[in-house]
Amino acid sequence: MTAEVVLEARSLRKYFPTGSSKLLQRPTAMVQAVDDVSFALERGTTLAIVGESGCGKSTLGRLLARLIEPTSGSVLLDGTNVSAASSRELLALRRDIQVVFQDPYACLNPRHSIGQSIGTPIRIQKTMSRSAEKDRVRELMNLVGLNPEHYNRFPHEFSGGQRQRAGIARALALQPKVIIADEPVSALDVSIQAQILNLMEDLQTSMGLSYVFIAHDLSVVRHIADRVAVMYLGKIVEIGNPSAVYEGAAHPYTRALLSAVPVADPRAAGGRRRIVLSGDVPSPVDPPSGCRFRTRCPKAEARCATEEPRLEAQNGTPDGGHLVACHFPG
Amino acid sequence: MTLLSVQDLRVTFGTADGDVHAVQGVSFDVEAGETVAIVGESGSGKSVTANSLLRLNFGADVRTSGRVLLEGRDVLAMTEDEVRTVRGRDVAMIFQDPLTALNPFYTVGRQIAEAYEVHHPGTSKKVLREIALDSLQKVGIPEPSKRVDQYPHEFSGGMRQRIVIAIALVNRPKILIADEPTTALDVTVQAQILELIAAMQQENGSAVVLITHDLGVVAEITERVMVMYAGRVVEAATVLDAFATPTHPYTRGLLKSVKSLETARHERLESIPGIPPSLINLPTGCPFHPRCSHAASLGGRCSTEVPVLRKVGASSSACHLPDERLRDLLGGAHDR
Repeated sequence: MTAEVVLEARSLRKYFPTGSSKLLQRPTAMVQAVDDVSFALERGTTLAIVGESGCGKSTLGRLLARLIEPTSGSVLLDGTNVSAASSRELLALRRDIQVVFQDPYACLNPRHSIGQSIGTPIRIQKTMSRSAEKDRVRELMNLVGLNPEHYNRFPHEFSGGQRQRAGIARALALQPKVIIADEPVSALDVSIQAQILNLMEDLQTSMGLSYVFIAHDLSVVRHIADRVAVMYLGKIVEIGNPSAVYEGAAHPYTRALLSAVPVADPRAAGGRRRIVLSGDVPSPVDPPSGCRFRTRCPKAEARCATEEPRLEAQNGTPDGGHLVACHFPG
Repeated sequence: MTLLSVQDLRVTFGTADGDVHAVQGVSFDVEAGETVAIVGESGSGKSVTANSLLRLNFGADVRTSGRVLLEGRDVLAMTEDEVRTVRGRDVAMIFQDPLTALNPFYTVGRQIAEAYEVHHPGTSKKVLREIALDSLQKVGIPEPSKRVDQYPHEFSGGMRQRIVIAIALVNRPKILIADEPTTALDVTVQAQILELIAAMQQENGSAVVLITHDLGVVAEITERVMVMYAGRVVEAATVLDAFATPTHPYTRGLLKSVKSLETARHERLESIPGIPPSLINLPTGCPFHPRCSHAASLGGRCSTEVPVLRKVGASSSACHLPDERLRDLLGGAHDR
């Protein structure tokens, strides 16, 4: 299988300074939000990045779109280094990577009509005339299931689901190659979530889009992902195809995360064994030595405190498709 | 005697845009020690219903009618002083966001002690401190003797929710109302908190009224469920019945839209078309009819006549469809 890679992350790191001291004129500590993350996204597929609050998944998403600068490492879009691009080059690259945000209330300007908001990327890139822009926006509204006659309405006149459709339409305006979707459905009601997920799948098929889909919940991802990466404290702890990650989860954290998902089936609820993790996620300012998960891991041994596990191929997956960072996987 | 009996509860908020009919004739009972879930999407009236149990709906123009009988006494007819003796003692509440539920200026120990002292005036400082320590330990806060003097910002989200639970349970209430208690929490922490609520319920024998939008959470910990839509109960059933043989098209739609770990990759999710109605301009007849795929088959009845809750098998359903069609909404349900 030699599918074409559209987006690649190489050893991405993002450290945020914190607790800066006026006297020393430099930060006293660093939040290691994203630490040495690498992956490749194949064209026309969806990579899901899953983790709990503070695991660095949103920071990773912003790094991929270069909304923030990486501390080190690089992002390659069709072989071009996004992280080294000059601001002029970046303007062109932005056409190819677009972002859909979590909160459809916060990501639309309340003083702009929905049509204006959707057309903003076109105006910034100056790719077409005003009248062509309007036609294009109406076409986009149609595509995402909004009534084009509502062009002049304002965000507050729409429901959450409709606003998210507008957010998606705006991301599609420049016909990007990659869309980074940061929790696109978690602010929506259940019955609306399904509508948006189906819409995203349809658009992927018809436009050949590639998605990086960020989520805190493994069950949302199950439908849409071709590959799933699980993050914990800034690192990918397990990555693989959904069948490998869901049925053959090898990292203790992935297993705990899977078992914690409430199952909407009262008959199943009694029968399954739930792994309840003790404690909270440690501070990313001072992560545990060795394996970062060891403080909450039911399997941790002395070796876990001293030696950091590398992300390595699991036995029995010759194509290297299923990687796990654990000394005692399985 | 039934612990809590809600009868024909109606709540309307007067706003500049018109009257918001948040709850329109909700009735249900809660027996001692049982767990009941109220499920619905945003704007279904589930939180307003929960708040009404303690008369916590505030605003310039709130009109409430019906009865909320707590061991026979109508909470809605009580004086403000009488309600205050009920709040926190007979009926306690846990809210969605633990940070806004806690006072940032007081230590958590003081907040737990205060909740006890309100209903037990004259308790000595020493006893109050012991109660605070004991409560923290029960809800699984490590090192209670150190943590008791800390402030809410020094705790993580999951720990804060544990403290909110400790405060709610300090008076051993007969009913615990939990309004989306795990929605703001991560999934692994959610699992911890659900286990804690279940364990505390066992220990105290409290009844739990769980308000949630998450059918997964419902399946995990409750026995009975009421599904609300646009201010009305559209289905009431045991959890087993509601999931196996839903008797309302909306319940069926909700179940089908749930993303499950078992759903195959790229399998299409069934979604409910359209959006929930405005509570100011409600559709005539059944509030769900504009989104319902069955409405056309009943002629104009769904758009003219409001369906009332009636028995369908062991469940109750507010739908005009004939019983035999309601019993088989999932299709082939009887073969399963």
